Amino acid sequence: MSEPTYSKTELMICVASRLFEDGTTCFIGTGIPMLAAMLAAKTTAPNLVPIFEFGGMGAILEDLPRAVGEARTFHKGLYAAGICDAMESAQRGFVDYGFLGGAQIDPYGNLNSTTIGDHDHPKARLPGSGGGNDVGSHCWRTVAIMQHDTRRFVPKVDFVTTPGFLNGPGAREQAGLPKGTEPAYVVSTLALMDYDTGPGGTYRMRLKSTHPGVISEEVITNTGFELILPENVEVNEPPSAEELRILRDEIDPERLYI
Amino acid sequence: MQVIKSGHGELIQPFDLDEFREWNRTRKSRKLVDKVMSEQEAISKFVYDGCYIGTELYGTVRCPMSLAREVVRQGKKDLRVCGQGVLELDMWLAAGIVKKLDITYIGLEVYGTCPSLRRAVESGQVESCVEWSNGAITWRMKAAAMGVPFLPTRSMLGTDTLEYSAAKVVEDPFTGIKVALIPALILDVALIHVHRADKYGNCQIDGISGFATEMSRACKRLVISTEEIVPTEEIRKYPDRTIIPYFLVDAVVHAPFGSHPGEMAYLYGRDEPGIKEWVDMSQTADGAQAYIDKYVHNVKNHQEYLDLIGQGRLSELIDGRERRE
Repeated sequence: MSEPTYSKTELMICVASRLFEDGTTCFIGTGIPMLAAMLAAKTTAPNLVPIFEFGGMGAILEDLPRAVGEARTFHKGLYAAGICDAMESAQRGFVDYGFLGGAQIDPYGNLNSTTIGDHDHPKARLPGSGGGNDVGSHCWRTVAIMQHDTRRFVPKVDFVTTPGFLNGPGAREQAGLPKGTEPAYVVSTLALMDYDTGPGGTYRMRLKSTHPGVISEEVITNTGFELILPENVEVNEPPSAEELRILRDEIDPERLYI
Repeated sequence: MQVIKSGHGELIQPFDLDEFREWNRTRKSRKLVDKVMSEQEAISKFVYDGCYIGTELYGTVRCPMSLAREVVRQGKKDLRVCGQGVLELDMWLAAGIVKKLDITYIGLEVYGTCPSLRRAVESGQVESCVEWSNGAITWRMKAAAMGVPFLPTRSMLGTDTLEYSAAKVVEDPFTGIKVALIPALILDVALIHVHRADKYGNCQIDGISGFATEMSRACKRLVISTEEIVPTEEIRKYPDRTIIPYFLVDAVVHAPFGSHPGEMAYLYGRDEPGIKEWVDMSQTADGAQAYIDKYVHNVKNHQEYLDLIGQGRLSELIDGRERRE
């Protein structure tokens, strides 16, 4: 059987979907995180409890939500609440993971979705935090999903919309963010990254594994800051034929994202 | 309690809790009064130039689009607006009627950033953008709903979102941790679209409630648009379903398909080509204006808008609704 062909976006979604742990509660941001969550729910994490910020909890993700308040975010759900209940659940420690996108990310995992350029006279006005800041503040672990290029992976984000490790070890706690919360992974179109958080670690982004067909140099060239390189860089499993079938036929048949 | 840090964003809606209490005492009738009126009457009566206004829920979902169009049709201007919005706030921005924003998220979700927001902010037409998270803006309304001046939160700490907000960081006097204090938000006017209401304004919502509970209690004037006006006996059968009691409400407007081209859970799905039309046309200022001419100014009211959309298309949206199985 020949190897299936796939796009970079499809690959990114498949790699992201494998990070969802079965039986956990996950805040799902709009866009690519929704596709990854759906793929996970249909494959490796059937008991995933998706939480959408406007109040949908425990939905069966049969059709792709196009908005975070859409009826599909509480389709056959367990609970249809409001935004306060969703956010307060995260604030008191009930949400295990948060999956987010953004326009820019820096070495500490801080995300920008507010402005490019000066805030008061922006070159580009982006949508704003939405629930992003709440998710990045309160979820135990957050995962960012991004296109990988030097415009997005920058040494310093123009605006810290959503907190990563801020400016390094101890900075989150120093700022008052809940203890033990952390950015965990970044999934891009080229690779999977984590952070150097061991004892004495720098808390900067670290290459963990590249996507199949991508060499480390390509990731380095497309990153606007120095990425920590481990001794062994693993290679992610390519999308399986089954993952691609579900993604194309069941999740995004209208090709809104893939 | 010592203030450790202050966001330097403007508090664009200063508030006085005792004045709010007095307002609620003297300006909100406890009597069961028939409040049904046309959208023209409701908007002209309660929305005024320069007022601080908000819409619930969220741009393509249970959004008060018929009321939002009427605000544009009547040429209201210099609005100060809070929000998380897709279609309704984007349209107000395109119409040039927004002066200041307490912004959380204004974007087209699946279709990306809002060109109208970009034009309005990058050109300086919007005088100030004060940043908040979705949680924070809703808790600000919750504080107003509670009748207290602020709520503490652990959101926004350590970020530019806080720097460009009007929040303050303090050390909590009980535990010593740092918290962000976010000020109460008392809106002059709120627009909320619901599934059903009686003529007095007792409202029920199906599906997620977004921030209807908080916003309805945090405003001085509340205009409700509703898919259906039901007899009060129906409300009394299921009082546990009433999310907004009548005394909070100033106007009840009958607006079937009031969320169009957005959706209404269990009644109709979203009109994807209808939303796409705005996405495409709003790429340019001229296009956005042409859309507003076509769907706002060239129709007199919501009924004419629905006639323009056509019964055939609306029936298809009913077929595409979320179903209870």
